Amino acid sequence: MMNYVALLMLLIVVVGFVGVTLLGSHRIGPKRHSAIKDAVFECGIESKDNARVRFSYKYFLVAILFVLFDVEIIFFYPWALNVETLGVSGLIKVGMFVSVVLVALLYLMDNRVFELESSEEPA
Amino acid sequence: MTNLVDPPEGVTGQGFYLTSLEKAVALARKNSIWPLPFATSCCGIEFMATMGSHYDFARFGSERPSFSPRQADLLMVMGTIAKKLGPILKQVYIQMAEPRWVIAVGACASSGGIFDTYSVLQGIDKVIPVDVYVPGCPPRPEQIIDGLMNIQDLVANESLRRRHSDEYVGLLQQYGIE
Repeated sequence: MMNYVALLMLLIVVVGFVGVTLLGSHRIGPKRHSAIKDAVFECGIESKDNARVRFSYKYFLVAILFVLFDVEIIFFYPWALNVETLGVSGLIKVGMFVSVVLVALLYLMDNRVFELESSEEPA
Repeated sequence: MTNLVDPPEGVTGQGFYLTSLEKAVALARKNSIWPLPFATSCCGIEFMATMGSHYDFARFGSERPSFSPRQADLLMVMGTIAKKLGPILKQVYIQMAEPRWVIAVGACASSGGIFDTYSVLQGIDKVIPVDVYVPGCPPRPEQIIDGLMNIQDLVANESLRRRHSDEYVGLLQQYGIE
């Protein structure tokens, strides 16, 4: 047990030194407080309003749809590599897949999702 | 092991060394100035050379240029400050940690330089107090280092009570800083 006394001493010295220097600089160092000094942002421009406001989700919708249609392109790669072995039946299957995706795209366009400028809310 | 800096005046005995708190604090502050580069034009390019390995700004304890005013001791204004930028510079200065120093690098920051026009601030000391002016258009890295070493002298010889003095508060009030 006595072997650990040195370790305990080290721990006390380390914690003590860090504590004393941190508290010392906090106590001794000069401080100045004002509305600008204590402001959250530090870019030099006055901050305005609250960040928790409502804003249009249109861009988010476009971004998430891009990801969706982008991933669908991946399904074409295995078909493109095996287009000869899959033959006509493969072409029909891919045609069905594309038509489903196309219907979804037409549905989105019908709902004016991609018209970012329009003031009307998409359904 | 060699000393990176010489210890301040003090009493040395067997196994101990005594000095005043003011001198110890000055030594620490002098050799760990964290600069905030506020570079707007060509003097900033010279500062990049000063920061780089050839001129090695870090030798003076300014290893870490701070891009947040909260953790900076020295505001280095390098370049033309337009009047529109004046309030922004002032806000950055106010948000710096105490104690803080300011160095105006180059003719534009010091006096407006060649831009004697309606849109350019004729020296940053119109909006914030300045400690050291570095002349030149733009100054060479050696001159910027000389300016920094002058700041180091100011830091080393500053009284711990200066920032609490009425004189200093009065100085800040001249600039409308609380």
